[in-house]
Amino acid sequence: MIYLTLFLEFLKMGALTFGGGYAMIPFIEETVISHGWMSTEQLIDFIAVSESTPGAFAVNISTYIGISVGGVFGACCATLGLVLPPFVITLIIAKFYARYRENIVVRGVMLGLKSTVVGLIGATVVSVGFEILFGEHMTTAVFGSANFYITLLIFAVMLFLLLYRKLSPVIIVLLSAAAGIVFGYTGVIKI
Amino acid sequence: MKKNLTLGLQLFLTFLKIGLVTFGGGYAMIPIIEREVTEKRRWLTGEELLDVVAISESTPGPIAICAASFVGYRTAGVFGAFCSTFGVVLPSFVIICLIAMVLDAFDQFAVVRYAFFGIRAGVLALLVKAVVSMFKKAPKNLPAYLIMAASFVAVAVFSANVLVVILSSAGIGLGFALICRKRGHEL
Repeated sequence: MIYLTLFLEFLKMGALTFGGGYAMIPFIEETVISHGWMSTEQLIDFIAVSESTPGAFAVNISTYIGISVGGVFGACCATLGLVLPPFVITLIIAKFYARYRENIVVRGVMLGLKSTVVGLIGATVVSVGFEILFGEHMTTAVFGSANFYITLLIFAVMLFLLLYRKLSPVIIVLLSAAAGIVFGYTGVIKI
Repeated sequence: MKKNLTLGLQLFLTFLKIGLVTFGGGYAMIPIIEREVTEKRRWLTGEELLDVVAISESTPGPIAICAASFVGYRTAGVFGAFCSTFGVVLPSFVIICLIAMVLDAFDQFAVVRYAFFGIRAGVLALLVKAVVSMFKKAPKNLPAYLIMAASFVAVAVFSANVLVVILSSAGIGLGFALICRKRGHEL
């Protein structure tokens, strides 16, 4: 029952990830790989599309995975699952806000969740980095290929622009695409 | 009743607009929510909007959803929350469905494959940036650093289950908070 699976998987993510979009990625990666829904490479493309279209990143990527796994109804199930927990929880908290923030249980749980997400996304960087640089079959042959060094170059330039020039993610995606097209048509990279 | 319907429609349209014009969601939405909700509509004061941001940060799920639900609820109750949340989700949903339908057809073009070659490297940079900004927002104390390191090693090296890691981290954070309170320290 693919629709129920989509709904429940995204319900879990909606209920357990804090700090929005990117905090979801480690969860999403594990989910799509374990169900065999897509490869890490496809997921990376999905991240890029979700980042460069309007709206909340988390909603975009949930819809995208939902539609590619189970059509438009699958997209409905995934998005509904994602939205439901924060919707319900926010309604409850809107009533008891002041007491909630000071609550020792909430503060303790928050400390754990805000910290773990740093490590989790760090782990995603490692798996996505390996995938992009070495491909599925990790071999040292890539060191002789221009693709490897061009990927590193684009990565380094984009990271610099993000951290020190504060460019928006949409601009980063567009610039990276332009770089890929230029290196592709000049024959530097081989695909 | 009629007043409520009008308010619901206004909430829906306002958040539809917010969902349509912001990219990346999350914090990028806050300035636009501020302009639409506190300056144009006066549904919330500036101070209440700060509460919205704080609540969104400390509740699970996307910030956009929390903010929409909160503003809608404060303005017109549960019905209002439904209208604004539906509004903020709708543009994403429609646009992504359209893109998913056409993107597969483009995959055969060299230009698209070249573009995605570059984009993958760019996405890696976005992920590293996410680690940096999450680190800045995380607590700065020894237990927090230990949880970060342990979560990283558990998943990157031992392929641990993400759900298990998240729940254990919440438990450890809670245990630490309770010990601190027992000893009379500030968390």
